Amino acid sequence: MERFQEVFTNAFPYLMDGLQMTIYIFLIAIVLGFIIGLIVALLRLSPIKILNWIAIWFINAIRGTPFIVQLFFIYFGLNSLAWISFDNVTAGIVTVAINAGAYFAEIIRAGIQSIDKGQTEAARSLGLTSSQTMRHVILPQAFRRMLPTFTNQSIISLKDTSLLSIIGVADLVQRGQVQTAATYAAFEIWFIVGVIYFILIYLLTLLSDFLERRFVLR
Amino acid sequence: MSIIQVKNLKKSFGDLEVLKDINVVIEEQEVLCVIGPSGSGKSTFLRCLNRLEDITDGQVIVDGNDITSKKTNINKVRENVGMVFQQFNLFPHKSVLENVLLAPMKVSKKNKEEAKAKALALLDKVGLKEKAESYPGELSGGQKQRVAIARALAMDPKIMLFDEPTSALDPEMVGDVLEVMKQLALEGMTMVVVTHEMGFAREVGDRVIFMDGGYIVEENEPNALFGNPQEERTQAFLSKVL
Repeated sequence: MERFQEVFTNAFPYLMDGLQMTIYIFLIAIVLGFIIGLIVALLRLSPIKILNWIAIWFINAIRGTPFIVQLFFIYFGLNSLAWISFDNVTAGIVTVAINAGAYFAEIIRAGIQSIDKGQTEAARSLGLTSSQTMRHVILPQAFRRMLPTFTNQSIISLKDTSLLSIIGVADLVQRGQVQTAATYAAFEIWFIVGVIYFILIYLLTLLSDFLERRFVLR
Repeated sequence: MSIIQVKNLKKSFGDLEVLKDINVVIEEQEVLCVIGPSGSGKSTFLRCLNRLEDITDGQVIVDGNDITSKKTNINKVRENVGMVFQQFNLFPHKSVLENVLLAPMKVSKKNKEEAKAKALALLDKVGLKEKAESYPGELSGGQKQRVAIARALAMDPKIMLFDEPTSALDPEMVGDVLEVMKQLALEGMTMVVVTHEMGFAREVGDRVIFMDGGYIVEENEPNALFGNPQEERTQAFLSKVL
């Protein structure tokens, strides 16, 4: 117990730096991912064949390859091209955002399609354009419906950020590795790292529950 | 000029021809009731009048606009054509007042105060002013339908289309909705009403159309059509529903 306390006091500040990085990457990536998902979902539902096709194959490509391959492709692959260069944090954010975006796209599409077509007809019959109908009538209802699935995907994306430690991003896992190497207290460090992730994800779940209650469909 | 002119209207869903050759002219301030068995095409006919259904062939002219033409801005035409649906189709995430306010504010870009005063007056007219802050889920079917009528009226339409407005209602709710519609008719609104309420068609309608199999089988003023139907199919239908 004394040893645990000692490891805890020494490692904790470093782990908190890592946590900060994890949260920073997660927040930016999830917002970007949501925007990507919304755009791809709308392309997917568009009557224009070619846009449809692009959206479908974007989703297929992301779903059909492992996250780690996407990460290596973007960080090592794209970076090896002469005309483009970015650091590991950027590569990490972009990968998580694109990856989440593909899954969000399917969630958003399903949400939009679950809204009764009478809603669209009522809005259009009042003179609203199709984009006004989407913005004021369909999406607000669809978002409420997809909140639980959305939370699920966000949690998966949060866990995916831990893989960014492989390309040297100083996130919570990478800090854990450094601390383990320095102290040899693997059991204590990884236990603490696990608890930190758990708390973070638990808070995310609480936030989602709160939003669900707040925006309950009447 | 007649406010609605329908010429040789045809509508198919794939191989299924639902409207075969519809010709009808509707005058301003007229109340036209459309009756007929289910599957006769009467709802599809109504939905062609504001192009909720793509028109396969023929011409539909609404308030001087040829809505079959691709060049016509259908959104502009729809601003003048209100529609009330069998399933109400209120927006469940918006309060009653917000339902009524949405189109005036987003489509007509009215300022909030002006639009709100008008919306409350309309809700008062349909007897639901005190429900302004309620949500659709908290209302009965009859109340929902009256809100839907107020929502359509908020755009000051010249024409109102009703698609079996009382068919999804409990019997005791039907009267309130019909009363509101009757009031509208008395005020001179041009109305096209697809209905199974023969009493309403007879009392409020200026003219009744009987449809079957994608055709207009018979059309006449209500007393003549209900009292002395000429066509065999009309007689058969009326003998079942009256």
